[in-house]
Amino acid sequence: MMSKPRKLLEVDSLVMNYSTNTGAVSALEDMSFSLNSGEAMGLVGESGCGKTSLALSLMRLAPENASYMSGSIRWCGADILRMAPEKVRRLRWSEISMVFQGAMNAWNPVHRVGKQIQEAMDQHFKPRLTAAETDQRITSLFRLIGLDPATAARYPHELSGGMKQRALIAMALSCEPKLVIADEPTTALDVIVQAQILQKLKDIQTEFGLAMLYISHDMAVIAQVTDILAVMYHGKLIETGTTADVFRYPRHPYTHMLISSIPSMVEPNQTAQARSTRHTGTLRASSSYIPFSHNTAPDALAPLSGCRFHPRCPLATSKCREDEPQLQPVNMLQPVNVKHHNILRTHNTDAQTTHEHTHQHLAACWHSDEIDTITTITTTNTPGCC
Amino acid sequence: MMPRVEKHPQRSVILRVEDLHKRFPVSSNTFRTNTSSTSKKLRSNMLQWLPKRNGKRVQWLPKRNGYIHAVDGVDFEIAAGESLGLVGESGCGKSTTGRMLIRLDKPDQGRILLTVNNNSDVNGSEGSERLEGSQVDIAQLNSRGMTHLRRRVQMIFQDPYESINPRRTVFETISEPLTVHSMGGLQYQEKQVSQMLQHVGLTPPELFMLRYPHELSGGQRQRVAIARALILQPQLVIADEPTSMLDMSVRASIMRLMSSLARELGVAYLYITHDLAVARHMCDRIAVMYLGKIVETGPTEQVLNHPAHPYTQALISAVPLPDPSKPLPKLNIDGAVDNAINPPPECRFLNRCTQAIKMCSTTNHPPLQPTQNSSTTSVHSAHAAAPVHMVACHLNSPDMDA
Repeated sequence: MMSKPRKLLEVDSLVMNYSTNTGAVSALEDMSFSLNSGEAMGLVGESGCGKTSLALSLMRLAPENASYMSGSIRWCGADILRMAPEKVRRLRWSEISMVFQGAMNAWNPVHRVGKQIQEAMDQHFKPRLTAAETDQRITSLFRLIGLDPATAARYPHELSGGMKQRALIAMALSCEPKLVIADEPTTALDVIVQAQILQKLKDIQTEFGLAMLYISHDMAVIAQVTDILAVMYHGKLIETGTTADVFRYPRHPYTHMLISSIPSMVEPNQTAQARSTRHTGTLRASSSYIPFSHNTAPDALAPLSGCRFHPRCPLATSKCREDEPQLQPVNMLQPVNVKHHNILRTHNTDAQTTHEHTHQHLAACWHSDEIDTITTITTTNTPGCC
Repeated sequence: MMPRVEKHPQRSVILRVEDLHKRFPVSSNTFRTNTSSTSKKLRSNMLQWLPKRNGKRVQWLPKRNGYIHAVDGVDFEIAAGESLGLVGESGCGKSTTGRMLIRLDKPDQGRILLTVNNNSDVNGSEGSERLEGSQVDIAQLNSRGMTHLRRRVQMIFQDPYESINPRRTVFETISEPLTVHSMGGLQYQEKQVSQMLQHVGLTPPELFMLRYPHELSGGQRQRVAIARALILQPQLVIADEPTSMLDMSVRASIMRLMSSLARELGVAYLYITHDLAVARHMCDRIAVMYLGKIVETGPTEQVLNHPAHPYTQALISAVPLPDPSKPLPKLNIDGAVDNAINPPPECRFLNRCTQAIKMCSTTNHPPLQPTQNSSTTSVHSAHAAAPVHMVACHLNSPDMDA
């Protein structure tokens, strides 16, 4: 079993800009979160909200035009942003590794899969492993993730998408890292392969007490594999907390809409009923998922005043347009639903309560006690431009 | 506004696919040529240019090792205004099926019968009358016939970043089908495109007409692709994973748009997807494909709530639930899709099936049969009142109960 959780990663008020020809684009703004060993954190948000920028920053792999204005990323106490390059290079893969987005393109097509994994191990194991040890390690890694060890002798083009993704996970685990960042690990895969790989990742995580950072826009995947959830919108964290809390009790309209926009397999399918009335010409009254009414994602070059979500928010008031809300503990913000909240608390398992001490449910919204009213909003035939 | 299509109380089948086959040759040689299209004369001509090794010509021409049975005897039908979801893992032949319906691939065998309707306002499009009110076999059409047919059948592709020409404005992209079918002058086209843009929610149209694709987001591009497919008021639109490349928040609105357009314009969809949750929201009926064969079909809710085929059950179990309190789904399937090269005659799913019985390995692939809980009446009638839940599995056969 894993030891007592300790703080691995602390990101503290990180601000990152990309300098472009048309001016500085704010990618990350005032990001703060922490991750303990053995925890799985999910980072969600739509494309362009800064998820990948953050992940790359954690390994200091962000493009050259990225500049860190303030803040720090502390790995076991040491600031990654101010580390010597050689030290960072050591840190990569042996402490923090990454499963890159799109396994199709992450491999070098002219080298055998096994050789590419061996290369990473040669770089990071001091003293170097012998050839026999390397082979043995690759074999056991491949067994662990459910691949035939003979696959190591094959070239990437000989593998299917799911196999490439598994081999990529093997590579990420090869140097016994403490934290694995999985950037959209299953986005390009079929449902069955996705379920197999998520199960494997979860098993490995609990077995070795790894910390995981899942980056995805698929809320259903995130719901099933993470303990803690952080929702990003336009470079800012807008809601964090345990996954169970955030899902059952989203306190930011964006999170709420993100969760309700998932087409579900279990909920009563109102759309199906509405579809059956389609032939008689009746419009669908409501839908079990709520699409966004205005889908224009904000322009990063021209920052908005006030809350970043206000142009798309159904609850926006003049206050939202002027003052930007900060992350605040949810309990203080919502006196109305305390009763409801307490009931939910008692349902929580022990595992979740341990996370709760360190991961309080925070949300950045002036109207977080009114979120439940959003369900009544119907967006009948107002397709915005997305 | 577009004319609203009156729905018939009875289900009128517009597309019937019968025993469709598509095989792709596999050869062991790297330098392969398509031998079916290579004449003997050309072959011998090519041979003399091949290098010699030990006095012999190096055989570069392919040794055929067999065929990938991409689509292997598929039957289904689509009624006017109905959406059929074709689901399955990658490599099961669902995209090939879709591509054959619009003849991007030529079927090797089988018929694709499209009943061409009369209701659309033909605006000076020459030659399309010859298809009116009749049944055409898409599999047999020549290229000229296909041009006429593409007024009736259109396609939406998966990736809007690749399916739209980056050097054309939105207006050029959407109006091209009108030009190809010589429908109306510039003014008419402008009116049509502007209406279509409003339909797909790119408003105000003037703002979008002259934009280039790089000025649009992924969701907006997919809306343009949808507009381009619908501008000719087709009867059938083949949508190949239209939302899988899009963000969650955008996905929901594109799905919504597509189903509301289907309602407004009376378009029938063949919706190809691997995501059952998406299919559940988009489709009236579902056909589950595995290794080139349809293994289960029926009304969406019935198939998803009472899946009869072990493969459908596995697919459903693999869908992640957006609920943190539920554990990860327990998969009752492992491995990956089998090789489709010269598959054995037994049930295609046999190797991965957890419920296989002795009969499965001794008899041929089972035919589609109505499930035991569905009524067996009027299965094969062209105007079947309601489609029946059918499954191709030995576990479902009536002998099992006996």
